[in-house]
Amino acid sequence: MDLLGFARGPALKVALVVFCLGVVWRILGFGLLRIRRDWNRPRASMLKYLFGGALTVATRSIPHPEFIARTGPGEALGYSYHLGLFAVVLLFTPHILFLRSLFGLRWPGLPSGVITVISVLTLTLFLAVLFRRVTNPVMRMLSNFDDYFSWFITMVVLVTGLATTAHVGARYETLLALHILSVDVLLIWFPFGKLMHAFYIFPSRAINGALLARKGAAS
Amino acid sequence: MTQDNDALTVGQMLLKHGISRRGFIQYCTAVASSLALPPWMGPAMAEQLRSGPRPSVVYLSFQECTGCLESLTRSFSPTIENLIFNTISLDYNDTLMAASGEAAEAARNKAMQDNFGKYVLVVDGSVPTDAGGGYCMAGGRSAVDILREAAKGAAAIVCVGTCSAFGGIPFADPNPTGAWPVSAIVGDKPIINVSGCPPIPEVITGTLLQFVSTGRVPDLDEHRRPKVFFGNSIHDRCYRRPFYDQGKFAKSFDDEGARNGWCLYELGCKGPTTYNACATLKWNGGTSFPIESGHGCLGCSEPGFWDKGSFYSALSSAAWGKAGESTPLRVLEVGAGAAAVGAALGLAAAGSARLRQHRSEQQTDDETTGG
Repeated sequence: MDLLGFARGPALKVALVVFCLGVVWRILGFGLLRIRRDWNRPRASMLKYLFGGALTVATRSIPHPEFIARTGPGEALGYSYHLGLFAVVLLFTPHILFLRSLFGLRWPGLPSGVITVISVLTLTLFLAVLFRRVTNPVMRMLSNFDDYFSWFITMVVLVTGLATTAHVGARYETLLALHILSVDVLLIWFPFGKLMHAFYIFPSRAINGALLARKGAAS
Repeated sequence: MTQDNDALTVGQMLLKHGISRRGFIQYCTAVASSLALPPWMGPAMAEQLRSGPRPSVVYLSFQECTGCLESLTRSFSPTIENLIFNTISLDYNDTLMAASGEAAEAARNKAMQDNFGKYVLVVDGSVPTDAGGGYCMAGGRSAVDILREAAKGAAAIVCVGTCSAFGGIPFADPNPTGAWPVSAIVGDKPIINVSGCPPIPEVITGTLLQFVSTGRVPDLDEHRRPKVFFGNSIHDRCYRRPFYDQGKFAKSFDDEGARNGWCLYELGCKGPTTYNACATLKWNGGTSFPIESGHGCLGCSEPGFWDKGSFYSALSSAAWGKAGESTPLRVLEVGAGAAAVGAALGLAAAGSARLRQHRSEQQTDDETTGG
């Protein structure tokens, strides 16, 4: 078996198994934790309580008007590279074919040239994100191996993908194998690192919002 | 086959046929150009070929379909008749030669003795080793014996076709005859692989001509194939490549995209991972090649091409399960199994954490109430 066969065969299987197992494990292990009993009298009805949760998901997804000058650029950066990643992952025809081979679904893609431009922009934004993380004292203090490795592995996927499309650096089959192997590593790392924010981000905002609403705080 | 002319040098042979020295140099320059050799190689090739006798070539066929030889006989530049009458002395090929039986075997033995250490051994077909090599016998001897004997006196071995180069179809799973490529049997001789199922005729003749005229093995890639012919992927030289870059793909063999000549990547074309000269030299004297005829590349010049999944699955597809299995269904089964194990682990983790939480809260309550 050659490297490409290994990457998209046994390695991909192991990666997907670890991904499914890990994601369900982490979601249930986290989601079924007991919320500490609050003996205070609720300041809001159950309906407002739930509404507060949903509202917080929305309000925390946009910059707060009062702090927009300070947080806006960071949020714009975050949104931009996430949108770039979505476009590259979901709208590049070879990726659609890959996903179709796994799940049987298909949808239209964008021209490869457009995807290449988006990839390069996303890559640039990724570098900007790292620069921000290492130059901002607060963010640097909050960051640990998890943050840097999650950034690194996502970056490797992007770089190997671009190299594969452009046929730069090695033969196509080697580049494609390295690209798929990097995706395999990302899938294995995903449930155990901060990449799990993809699953946690909205539920955690909703729970926080609901708990705050119970105490009568504005969302 | 050409006993009467054996004593003559190639130059003398050509003069006998009325071909001038100048004409021969022009021919060699054209051949050197087609092989992407530097311009000075033309006259050097001509001199080398003109001054010596025609190099002896022994062509052995083992576990194969004769497609490679069929291909070779359709070479346009140089033509097969030009090659075997004017440039090389094809002393043994059991399909093309007039002799048969013991006479043919005697011709081979004589050529191998007379040219020991100098002849070029061309092998076509894989070498079966199971059942004592009994799956492929000629003259009462197994292919593996014949190959070992012939390889001893060869200056180099040219493996024509994917079967002799990489095992090909006989080598494919489950390989019932225990077939192997030549490189697995012979380890002490220079081997040049001219892979393809079959190889492009001009690639076979060009490689042979380059070796006999320069006396050295050409630059080879990691699969021992001449870089001059196997240095680029089909995809890189494909006339449909711009459509790949534009994201225009044929979705079926008879849709509008196919009629417009769009890229066949979605239909399983293996051009990006296949290294060969199909897109440049083409076939039948430069008429066309498979992709130009509307079908994706099968990747026939690559090792293990028969076992690399469906010819009609896109290269970026995942390789799951066996042929005929529904991959999405298999993914669902495996994913559901993994999720079930994950759920068990998650429930156990949550249960354990809740127990710890409960004890911690109880302890805090006790401390608060002074209990």
